[in-house]
Amino acid sequence: MSSLAVQARGLSVKFGDVTAVAGLDLDVKEGEIVGLVGPDGAGKTTTMRVLCGILVPDAGEAVVAGHDVLREPDRVKARIGYLPQRFALHPDLTVNENIAYLADLYSVPAGTWQQRRDELLEITDLARFANRQAVQLSGGMQQKLALICTLIHRPEVVFLDEPTTGVDPVSRRDFWHILYDLPRQGVTVVVTTPYMDEAAHCSRIAFMHQGRVLAQDSPAALRAAITARILEVRCRPQRTAREALKRYPTIEGVEVFGDRLRVAVSAEADPAAIRRVLEEAGVTGLDIRESAASLEDVFVALAVGQQSQEDDSRAGEE
Amino acid sequence: MLRFIQVIKKEFIHLRRDPMALRLVIVAPIIQLIMFGYAATHDVRNVPVAVFDGDRSAESRQLIEEIEHSYYFHLIQTADDPRDIERRLQSGEAMIGVQIPRDFQRKIMRGTPAQIGLYVDGTDSNTSGVATAYMLGILRQGAASMQIRQARTEGRLRMAPPSVSVEPRVWYNIDLSSINFMVPGVFGLILLVLTVMLGGLSIVRERETGTLEQLLVTPLKIWELLLGKLVPFALVATLDASVIFLLALGWFHVVFRGSLTLLVAMALVFLVNNLGFGLLISTLSRTQQQAQLTAFLFIMPSVLLSGFFFPIANMPVPMQYVTYLIPLRYFLEIVRGIFLKGAGIGVLWPQMLALTAFAIAHFAAGIAAFRKRL
Repeated sequence: MSSLAVQARGLSVKFGDVTAVAGLDLDVKEGEIVGLVGPDGAGKTTTMRVLCGILVPDAGEAVVAGHDVLREPDRVKARIGYLPQRFALHPDLTVNENIAYLADLYSVPAGTWQQRRDELLEITDLARFANRQAVQLSGGMQQKLALICTLIHRPEVVFLDEPTTGVDPVSRRDFWHILYDLPRQGVTVVVTTPYMDEAAHCSRIAFMHQGRVLAQDSPAALRAAITARILEVRCRPQRTAREALKRYPTIEGVEVFGDRLRVAVSAEADPAAIRRVLEEAGVTGLDIRESAASLEDVFVALAVGQQSQEDDSRAGEE
Repeated sequence: MLRFIQVIKKEFIHLRRDPMALRLVIVAPIIQLIMFGYAATHDVRNVPVAVFDGDRSAESRQLIEEIEHSYYFHLIQTADDPRDIERRLQSGEAMIGVQIPRDFQRKIMRGTPAQIGLYVDGTDSNTSGVATAYMLGILRQGAASMQIRQARTEGRLRMAPPSVSVEPRVWYNIDLSSINFMVPGVFGLILLVLTVMLGGLSIVRERETGTLEQLLVTPLKIWELLLGKLVPFALVATLDASVIFLLALGWFHVVFRGSLTLLVAMALVFLVNNLGFGLLISTLSRTQQQAQLTAFLFIMPSVLLSGFFFPIANMPVPMQYVTYLIPLRYFLEIVRGIFLKGAGIGVLWPQMLALTAFAIAHFAAGIAAFRKRL
C-alpha cells in the first residue's frame, strides 16, 4: 500500500452552513498526475488545503506522502509543495531571492538546491531574469517562478491549484512540460484546472461535484464510459431551442458552449425528430451534427446524473 | 536551522526596497522630533501687543516701557486711536491690546484707583491665558510702584505697605522650557507610532499578497513566523529610539537625570505592548489600508489623552478615567520622570506595573488572535 501518495477517506469540511467537502474519498498513486476537475464551488481548493495540512477537516482522515495529515502535519508539510490559486511570492524580491527564501524556509541545506534552481530556471527560460524583481515579470513568468519555488525542496507530492489560470498559451505549454517531467523524478502531482485540454493530459482525472469525487479514471476510460450520443446544435435564439429540447424525451442534457448547444441524447434518439421539434419551436439557422463525446460532456453527464439521483432520493424521502 | 532568521532577513530586504517604509522608519521620526521639539512649544514669548496711550504722560510712557522690556511681549506700533486696537486684534497683528485712559497720571498722583483697558484675543486660549496673566502682573506691579513712589514723595506714606514676598523656586525643569517637556514625550510618541504602524502591517501584508498561505504550507512554526515578523520592527524601533535619545541630549540639551538602564527596560516593555497591539490590528484587518486606518484611529486618541500635549489634570474628570486605558500615558509619565526628575522604581512602580500589564495583555491578545485566524 506504500504506493499511494495520497489517500483520503471520508473528508468533510463545513464552513458554517455550507458543506464544501462532503465525504470525499481520493486515492493517488505515486508518480501519477491526477487532475481534480469540477465546477466552481465543487470543493477542489478546500480539498487541497486539507491535504496540505492547513485546514482541519470536520471528519475523515488523509495520509499524504506517508504521513497522517491530522497527526503529523509538519512531516507532511516538509514533504509536499503547494501552489495556491493566488500568486504567492514576494513581489519586491528578485527571482533568485524568492527561490532562496523558500529553500531556506524548507531548511534545504545550503549548497544543495542551487543546482536544482539552475535546472528549473533553464527549463522555464527564466534564467535571464534571475535578478529581476518578481513584480516586473509577466503573469506567465510569475506563475513559472511560483512553480519553481514550490519544487525547490524536491517535494514528494505537489498540489497545484489552477496553476495556469490566466497564463498565456506558451507559458502554459512550458508549465506542463515541467509537470510531465515530474513523475519521472518520482514526484506525484495533484492539479486542478478549468481547462479540459489540460485535464486530458493527466494520467487520471477525479471529477468533483458538490464536495464529492463522482468518478476517477483515465481520460480515455471516462470518455468511453459515456453511453449517450452528443449532438451539436447551432441555431438562434438559443434560449428557445434550449427550452424546447428540455421538454423533449430521450434528451439527457443540454449545455451551452459559446454559439453551440451540446445536447446529450440517449442511444435510441432520432436526430430528425429533434430537428422537427426545434423547427416547430421557431428557431432559425438550424444546423445539427453528431459529435464525439468530450471530457466536458462526460462531466455534464455525471453532474446531471448526480443531480437527478439526488432529486429522486429527495422525492423518495417525501 | 533557525528559519526565523531567514524571515528576518527577508523583512529587511522589504524594508530596503520600499521607499515608503524607509521614509517612515528613518526620516519621519527625525522630522517629528524637530517639529515637536521646536514648534509645539507652550512657552509664551514675544506675544504681539498693541497699546493706545490716551494719556501721553511720563507715567503712561513708563508703563509702556515696562511692557516693551518684558521678555514675554513684543510691542507693535502704538495705536493712535482706541478703535485701532480692535482692528489689530481682529487681523491677528496683536494678541493683546492695552488702553491707557487720559486721566491715568492724575489718578496715580491722587492715589485713586486707575483703570486700564486690557483686550485679549482668546482664540488660542492656552497662550492668551498665560499672556494675560503675565500682562496683568506687569500692569499691576508697574502702577502700584508708581503710586507708592508718589505717596512717599508727598509724605502720605510713612511705612512700607504690607507685602508678602514670594520667591518661586522651580524644580526639575529649571528653565521652565517646554523642550524639556516635549522631547521626552516625542520619544514615547515615535516609539508608539512606528511600532503600531509597522506591527500593524506585518501580517496583513502577507495576507494581502497571498504569501501567508504559502508560509503556512512550509514547515515554518507559528513562533518562528511571529519572531521573524516582529524582531525586525523591534530592531528598527530600537535604532530610532537611540537616535532620538542622542538627539534629545546632544541637540536639544534635554536634561537626563535618571537611569538609562531603567529607560531602556521600560522602552522594551512599551515596545512589546505596541507590537502586540499592532499584531492584533494586523491579524484582524483584511487589507493594509484597513490596518493603517485602524492603527491611526487608536494612535490619535492615545496621543491626545496621554498627556502628551495637555496635562491630564486639566481634563474633565470622566476623561481622566479614560486616560487610564492608554498605555502611552504610563510610558510618558515614566519617560518624563526618568528624564527630568531622575525618578526610579521607588516612585514609578505603579506606572511600570500598569504598562507591563498592558504589554502582557496586548501581546497575548495579538498572539491569540493570530493563532485563531490562521
